[in-house]
This record gives sequence, structure tokens and C-alpha cells, in this order.
Amino acid sequence: MTELEIRNLHVLVNDKEIIRDFNLTIRQGEIHALMGPNGTGKSTLAYTIMGHPRYQITSGDVLIDGESILGLTPDERAHKGIFLAFQYPVSIPGVSLANFLRVALNARNKAVNPDDKGISVVKFRQLLKSKMDLLKMDYQFASRYLNEGFSGGEKKRAEILQMAVLEPRFAILDETDSGLDIDALRIVSEGVNTLAQGHIGVLVITHYQRMLNYITPDFVHIMYGGRIVESGKAELALRLEEQGYEWIREKYGVLPDGIHD
Amino acid sequence: MTDNHQDILQSIGSGDKYGFSYPDDSIFTSRKGLDEEVVRQISAYKEEPEWMLEFRLNAFRHFSKRPIPTWGADLSGLNLEEIIYYARPRQIDQKSWEDVPENIKNTFDRLGLPEAEQKYLAGVGAQYDSEMVYHNIQESLEKQGVIFLSIENGLKQHPDLFREHFASVVPFSDNTFAALNSAVWSGGSFVYVPKGVHVDLPLQAYFRLNMANIGQFERSLIIADEGAQVHYVEGCTAPLYRTESFHSGVIEIVVKKGARVRYTTIQNWSTNVYNLVTQRAVVEEDGTMEWVDANLGSKVTMKYPACFLKGPGAHGEVLSVAFAGPGQHQDAGAKMIHFAPNTSSKITSKSISRGNGRSSYRGLVRVASAAENSRSNVVCDALLLDHESRSDTYPTMDIKAKDVQIGHEATVSKIGEEQLFYLNSRGLSDEEATTMVVSGFIEPLVKELPMEYAVEMNKLIQIQMTGSVG
Repeated sequence: MTELEIRNLHVLVNDKEIIRDFNLTIRQGEIHALMGPNGTGKSTLAYTIMGHPRYQITSGDVLIDGESILGLTPDERAHKGIFLAFQYPVSIPGVSLANFLRVALNARNKAVNPDDKGISVVKFRQLLKSKMDLLKMDYQFASRYLNEGFSGGEKKRAEILQMAVLEPRFAILDETDSGLDIDALRIVSEGVNTLAQGHIGVLVITHYQRMLNYITPDFVHIMYGGRIVESGKAELALRLEEQGYEWIREKYGVLPDGIHD
Repeated sequence: MTDNHQDILQSIGSGDKYGFSYPDDSIFTSRKGLDEEVVRQISAYKEEPEWMLEFRLNAFRHFSKRPIPTWGADLSGLNLEEIIYYARPRQIDQKSWEDVPENIKNTFDRLGLPEAEQKYLAGVGAQYDSEMVYHNIQESLEKQGVIFLSIENGLKQHPDLFREHFASVVPFSDNTFAALNSAVWSGGSFVYVPKGVHVDLPLQAYFRLNMANIGQFERSLIIADEGAQVHYVEGCTAPLYRTESFHSGVIEIVVKKGARVRYTTIQNWSTNVYNLVTQRAVVEEDGTMEWVDANLGSKVTMKYPACFLKGPGAHGEVLSVAFAGPGQHQDAGAKMIHFAPNTSSKITSKSISRGNGRSSYRGLVRVASAAENSRSNVVCDALLLDHESRSDTYPTMDIKAKDVQIGHEATVSKIGEEQLFYLNSRGLSDEEATTMVVSGFIEPLVKELPMEYAVEMNKLIQIQMTGSVG
């Protein structure tokens, strides 16, 4: 079973340490929820795993099956099967969602198998439609320009559609629940459940319990001050829902300088 | 498009199905440089009527007095003394395939052009002729009364129609290079579409192979009579390889009452070429003129397609994209002159610069006092792919009329780190990601192109972007 391991990770952003000694191992097929108040470094962690150039790793490692991926560029990490559903996806005017996804799928397949000739347009359409059905999306949506003029909810749904088509081994969902109304949240969550089953190791980053009503995590972690301070099962999320983060602050003290959103 | 036309299209590039005929003309080439004697020789060689010789000579005298313009791109590298002003096109083409630079051959390969077509485009080797194709299409056009001839044959076969309109849109005094073209023009098309006739298929799309024969000083004249419609496509996305380094064409279009003309140019000159072109249309009442213009390649391009909106309700559009790579300056834009009431115009200009390339938008919107209730909208978008590249806009607005609506928007954008990271995170390399952003940027133009050109345009952008990210 493939695993993604984050080991003793320390990360600087603009010379401030945002992640300090973070440890987590996610196995393919497991769903982990990472919760915590604003500004504890959750999104920084997501970007760092994906390889954003602005984040500077001072020590620690990120490994897939024991092999470090820190020397890899973001596209190479994607080829290894890592996927990030963005909190704020950027728009690419003039490029349709369908066209973009076909290029991305072909790029990944070619990286995995240099002899890959690319998916035919017909086969790709079938694939895309089946994934859109799963997420109850209108087919016409695929011909819109990528994230251009999408509502908040449409962007999030489009992110999960991309995950569905690219079939990564590990997916980080960075606040995918924000911007979704309750129906969309249910549909997207069910989609994630179906896709993840046994195939994808998922890290769900969220402030709130509500997405976890639909996606039952195998593990819940609370991130505070740049590291995981509490880990448990689904009940931990319920406790947060009831009691908020106040008890965490009391237990682990005020945030050190430099940690903010 | 009928099946027959499809068959013809497909047969292009399929080999030697259609034999070619190579007219056994004597070969004439003028000496370097220009004087009255050379102008007389050109006219005599073409067996022109007296009025045309007079026109050429007047144009030459005018040209001799006019300075090379300095207001635009740097033309100091242009040596007019060294140019051969007239050579039979096929004689220029007596080169060997080995002389064609590797990068040009590679581009042909990557565009997937058959070898015969590659050689034809490069102007070498066995001529690859489309006489037969030409003939079939010509027949169906003739039935509709459409005239589609080389400009030389237009002058010979339709002298009155020709003389009535020739230089009526672009007089030789228009600008220095229009004067030069008027003196030495050779090659180009003559098109007349009769009243009410709609030509369904883009003209010239089938004859793109003939592009290898366009001259340095081509001149085209298109007349759409009342209510007529035609789309003329000039160019091809394959690089036009020329050993000579100067191209100065004139395109004149007459759009009569209620007529509609679209003129699409896609040019990818080799990077030694100075491409200085005058394109103008006169648009009469309720007529519509659309210039769709893609400029890639060349060392310097100066090109400002213009519409003279002469009749009430006339409409003009320019949709252009310029791609400036290393060492290139694309100085492109548009001119819209509103003379009559209720006229409207729209300019959409997109430029991409990379590797110290420079692109400029230079535009003029003039609304005369009589042109009440007119509208004009200008949108210029520039995309810079790196820090060395440059983009400028030089918009001029001269509004004399009342009750007009004028809009102007200009944006300059860089491909952002966040855009790149987003696409990277989906498995696209920097180069693939940049290419995708660029393709999206020019999508508004590409979707206006005939299918086969759109496909090639996208491939061409990919080629242009190769090695652009380092």
C-alpha cells in the first residue's frame, strides 16, 4: 500500500516559520481530516506538499513510499499522483475546462508511460461525462473557460471534477467545503467518498465539522501553531463542533509570533 | 461545404494526382535598386496599358520625395538600394531544399505538412500545383458571376472595373510604402463579387499553397458589390521563407451598400523580413468590413488595417493578434475613420511578447463632425511572458461629432506565478502551462478562423513557445 509521509517538516514563508515539526502519514484509501483555527498553517502545508516555490522548507521531508519528493517540481509531483484541490482556484481565460483536463490527463499519462499516445477525444468525452454524472454536473459546464466567471461553489465542484478525472493517489482538499451550499456539499462529499474508496488517500482541510457529516474521516487531526497537537477518530471533530477551538488555545497556549493567515 | 470541395481539399497534399503546368515564360529580373527605368521595365514586362505606367511613374516620383517614416518601428536596417524590385516569383524560387534553414524545415514537420507541400512553401524543388483544384472552384464561382483572378489578369480581362476601383481606397500618396508598392507592385488578387451574391466558402483557403508565390510588393483589390458577402483568407501558418527581406503589400477593399467582407490574414514571415503593409477598406451604407489579422514572425511588422466608414450605418471591425518573439517588433493596430452618422467600429487587439520581443498597439479612431450617433470600442490586451519583453500602446482618438459613444480599454498582463502553479499542479510543465495560457489568450481570434487554420494556428503557438521557458 502506497503511503504519503510528512516527516518533521519545518517551513518558512517570508522568513517566518509557519510549519514547525509537522508529522503525518496518509495511506492510500484513508481519509484524514485536518482541522484547526485560522492561521495555523493548514493551507501552507497543502501548498508545500504540492511544491509551491514560495514556501521554503528548512528541515524535514515529504516522501511517497519512502522516497523524497522535495526535489521534484509541482508537475512532477502531480505525475507521482498528488492532487491539490485549491481553496482559491485561478482562472485561465480562453481555455475550456474540458480541453484543459484532456491536456492535463495526457501530460500525466505520458509522464507515467512515455509511449502513451494520448486519450482519444471520444474516449475522453465518455470519461468526462461519467465523472460529471458522479458530481451531478451539467455537461455544458465542461465547455466553459476554466474557472472564468465560476461561482465559488462551481469552482469547488470543478476542482473535485479534476480530481475525479486525474485519479490521483493522494488528494489534499483545501477548504473545499467553503462556498458550497448544503446540497452541493452533499453531492461533492458523496463524490469524494466514491472516488476515494480504497484508491485515494485524502487529506480534508477544513474549519468546520459540516463536511465531515458526509465524508467520514478515518482520522481527525487538529493543527495548531504549525503542527498537529491532537489526533483521534471522527469524534474529535464532533468535539470541536461542540466546544470550538477554545480548549485547544487553553491547552497549547497562544500562537507564537509569525503565525497568521 | 460540399463533398466535392471536401474531396478537393483532401487531395491537396496527397501527392502528384494533379500534374502541374509551368508556363514557359521568359524570365525577367530587374537590377538592384530603383529608378524610373526599372519602373518602366516592370510595366513593359507586364504589358500594361499606358495609364498604369503613368500611375506607377507618378507613384515612383512621389515615393522618391517621401522620407522613410520614423514615427513607428525602427526601419534603419532597411536598405532600399539593395533590393531587387522585380523578379518573376518562380525565379526567386530557384533555390535548393538544402538552402532552407533547419528551423523552417522543423516547423513544417511539426505542422505535419506533406513533403511536397513543404517544398512548395519553401519555394524549392518540384512545383506543387493546384491548377486542377483551382479550376473546379473557379467554375462554381464563375456561375455566380464572381471574378477571382490574379491582379495582373484582373487588369487585362476587366480593364474598366479594375480602373474604376484601383487606388481608389489606397492612393499612392497615402504613405511612403504605399507609394513604393504603387510603383513596383506585382502579384496579388483581383476579386469582384456581384450584387447580392454570397460566396459561401472562404476564397483563397484552397489556394494557400500559392502563397509561396506572393511577391514582395503584392497588391490586391477586392470589390463586394451591393449586398454581396465574401470571406477572403490570405496566408498560411507555415513560415514563409524568403531570402529577400522586404515585403510591402497593399490591400484595397471596396464594401458597397449592405455588403459584408471579411479579410483574414495569417502570416508567419521568417525573422529577417520587414513587413510593411497597407490595408484599407471603404465601407458604404450599412456595409460591414472585418479585418482578422494574425501576425507572427518577421523582424519588423507595421500594419494598421483601416476602415473608412463612409456610408450611414457602416460597421468596421479589426480583430488582431501579434506575437513578438526574440528580436522582433510587431507594431500593429487599426484605424477607424467615421465619416457618416450611425457608424460603428470595434477594435480588439491582442499581443504577446516574449524573449525581449516588443509589441505595440498603434491605433486611431477619428469621428468626423458629420458622424453623429456613432460608436467605437477599442480593447487592447497585451500579454508579457517575461521581464525582458515590452508592450506599448499608442491610441489616438480624434472625436469631432456629438452624441458619440467611445470606449477604450487597455490591459497588460503577465503570466502569474499563481496561474503557472495551478497548471503545474495538474501535471503541466512550465512550457505546457505557458502555452495553454497563451492559447487561451488568443482564443477570441482563433475561433474566428476557418477550421484548418485554427488547428494550425494552435500548433504554431506551441512551436513558438518551444524553448520559451527556461
